[in-house]
Amino acid sequence: MCPENSILSIRNVSKEWPGVLALDNISLDFKKGEVHAIMGENGAGKSTLMKIIAGSFWPDKGRIVFEGKEYFHFDPKQAIELGISIIYQEFNLISELNVAENIFLGIKQGNRFFINKKDLYKNALELIDELGVELDPKEIISNLSPAYQQVVEILRSISRNVKLLIMDEPTASLTKTETSKLFELIQKLKAKGVTILYISHRLEEVFEISDRITVLRDGCLIATQNTSDISDNELVRLMVGRDLSNMYPNKEYSRQDKEILKITDLSQGTNLHNISFNAYKGEILGIGGLVGAGRTEMARCIFGADNFDNGTIQKNGVKLELKSPEDAIKAGIAYIAEDRKQHGVLLHMTVAENITLAVLKKISRLLFIDKKAENKIVSEYIQKLDIKTPFSSQSVKNLSGGNQQKVVIAKLLATESDVIILDEPTRGIDVGTKHEIYEAMNTLAKEGKVIIMISSDMLELLGVSDRVLVMRNGAIAGELSKNELSEEKVISLASGLTS
Amino acid sequence: MKRSRFNNYIILLVLISLIAFFSIANFKAFLTVDNFFTVIRQVSMLGIAAVGMTFVMLVGGLDLSVGTMQGLTGVVVASMMVNFGVNPIIAIVVTLGVGILVGYANGLIVTKLKVTPFITTLSMMTIIKGIAFTYTGGFPIYGFNESFQILGQGYVLSIIPIPVVIMVAIFIIGWILLNNTYIGRYLYSVGGNEEASRLSGINVKKVKMTAYMSSGLTAAIAGVILCSRLNSGQPNAGAGFEFDVITAVVLGGVSLSGGVGRLQSVFIGVLIMGVLSNGMTIISINEYIQWIVKGLVLIIAVALDEMGRKKSRLSVGA
Repeated sequence: MCPENSILSIRNVSKEWPGVLALDNISLDFKKGEVHAIMGENGAGKSTLMKIIAGSFWPDKGRIVFEGKEYFHFDPKQAIELGISIIYQEFNLISELNVAENIFLGIKQGNRFFINKKDLYKNALELIDELGVELDPKEIISNLSPAYQQVVEILRSISRNVKLLIMDEPTASLTKTETSKLFELIQKLKAKGVTILYISHRLEEVFEISDRITVLRDGCLIATQNTSDISDNELVRLMVGRDLSNMYPNKEYSRQDKEILKITDLSQGTNLHNISFNAYKGEILGIGGLVGAGRTEMARCIFGADNFDNGTIQKNGVKLELKSPEDAIKAGIAYIAEDRKQHGVLLHMTVAENITLAVLKKISRLLFIDKKAENKIVSEYIQKLDIKTPFSSQSVKNLSGGNQQKVVIAKLLATESDVIILDEPTRGIDVGTKHEIYEAMNTLAKEGKVIIMISSDMLELLGVSDRVLVMRNGAIAGELSKNELSEEKVISLASGLTS
Repeated sequence: MKRSRFNNYIILLVLISLIAFFSIANFKAFLTVDNFFTVIRQVSMLGIAAVGMTFVMLVGGLDLSVGTMQGLTGVVVASMMVNFGVNPIIAIVVTLGVGILVGYANGLIVTKLKVTPFITTLSMMTIIKGIAFTYTGGFPIYGFNESFQILGQGYVLSIIPIPVVIMVAIFIIGWILLNNTYIGRYLYSVGGNEEASRLSGINVKKVKMTAYMSSGLTAAIAGVILCSRLNSGQPNAGAGFEFDVITAVVLGGVSLSGGVGRLQSVFIGVLIMGVLSNGMTIISINEYIQWIVKGLVLIIAVALDEMGRKKSRLSVGA
């Protein structure tokens, strides 16, 4: 029944949420020591499947076979004891404790009452050396970069004798160099016989690191193939179910000569130095740069979310005094935050409540919310952005990441601002939804809005923008017009390399 | 922000069980129209203050000053009528203004000075107690117009106590505010995620100020009614009241971290407090034991609520 060298088999597993069939009769085998990528659009069921394997969710139907033994479901603790570890996109570390303490969280180091600190650090160092990384076991987690925090997560799984490691979007906050280092670690784990389940939206990475790829779509298993047997076009087609030869929609240059936004000498402490630029009606202005260049800080200043020390923001020739996001929205500037979960979507409220939140006062008369006006706005944007939800009173936390992002975008679009700043708008979102968001941006630009898009995704930046400003160390390093745009030029401006 | 119906039914079940229990224990004394009105009259001040407290807790805050506020407002209204000969109605209006002012002060300290609500209102609690005692020298103020008694001791249609009418009215107003106005939506939004609310253009400081001022107002209303019932302005009135109010609100399913809770359930929480006190007194349980019981009921209710929430989380998924 089970292939010989399989470590985990999923047999006819199904899982249902209210209104959505998340997993539909999935059967799958994972081999010992393979790197197996799981791909699919948001809402395809990847997260749900992984969480079932990790024991966070219980399937409604089906069985899981791990190392030959059959189970109906796992508990998180049981899964860990069996050797299944999961590293979530938002790490599960205690930031005030140090590396060693985090690695052995939950595992006794000492006798009944006292933690044997010497053993703690000794054992931590053993694991660190075994993996071949440079890490101080006494370092506090909050002082580590995301890349090293991830290493700590990996070490933790090793300390739990991991046999199957699930990694959810592991490279989301890593640079290219850090990603290469991560791949080296993955190879080391592989050599030890650890199976890696790798969830990612990044096709190039998946082709580089995985042995096999499984594609899920709408809760169904579409295909499982050897990585070497499939091309990237085929992969996208399997994921999306249609041909996406043009990921970035054909853009008619819609920039007009009218200058809408004028930023002069914007400075903020050590974060921003004399930023000056203009933005024109109908253009998509891309903002490139490395993590830490100051792009989000600049956007937040323009949106009134943070104070700045010097400089002026002018819109339509009028100098703006922005003390809060409320002022910015009133002045016609909208900002879609980088961190969707913390700053964008109100997880405890419904889809409808989220969408109308920024315009609630506008549709209220004498304190009372005009429910008709509210419903009109909600259905308008659900349709415009094709937000997939069974009904508008659905709790927004039940939506997939891509649809949650659409809700956040709808919320800010409802304000009818003419300057829209999007900060990493498609991070962690599936291919199909990305395309829809690009189309929406194009339509808005055609309507005469100013779109400012901050992005670390090079292809996105080059494919969508009319021109690009590249930031470095809190200042604008250079500007590239459409004709000048190239990956090399952006990277060299962003990192200050002269080649 | 609205939890599953299942959880709200648990609170209702607790109330019904308590009523059943006490009815069986002493049918003749407990299950009468007279006693029914006694119960709800006894909790009317608690209920009124609970509405304002709900607003504060929805934004993730706390108001510990509602207890000693009873003393302060009683002293203020009594003193205005007795020492300054002010017309009762004007005295009441001014006293409500004082309540709003204390709430405003609480809100200002929490939002501008960024002191946590617990410490802010704890300090305010002692400050206003000090003010009440300083002004009165510790002595009660009495000797006011009989017309003032009607507020706390009068009836509508000869059986419905006026405090009950006021409580029901305030619950209705509170419910309408929370469910049909943008202020209510803002309260839930800020309570659940302050930063996301701010980035959506909500003036978070204003929303919090509104919550604390509402709590000050409802506490003042309760204090004025209490003064009318006691026929005197007692500077030490309301000691421990804040704990009862918070208990009733938490019993009603409002989360201490904010963003979750319905006013209807708070009403039931208030009733539970009333039925418990009244029922235990009728079956002659002494006051000290009543405290123990009240504490246990709170723990059980919150634990059941947590279990209900966890259950829905496991099946739906976090």
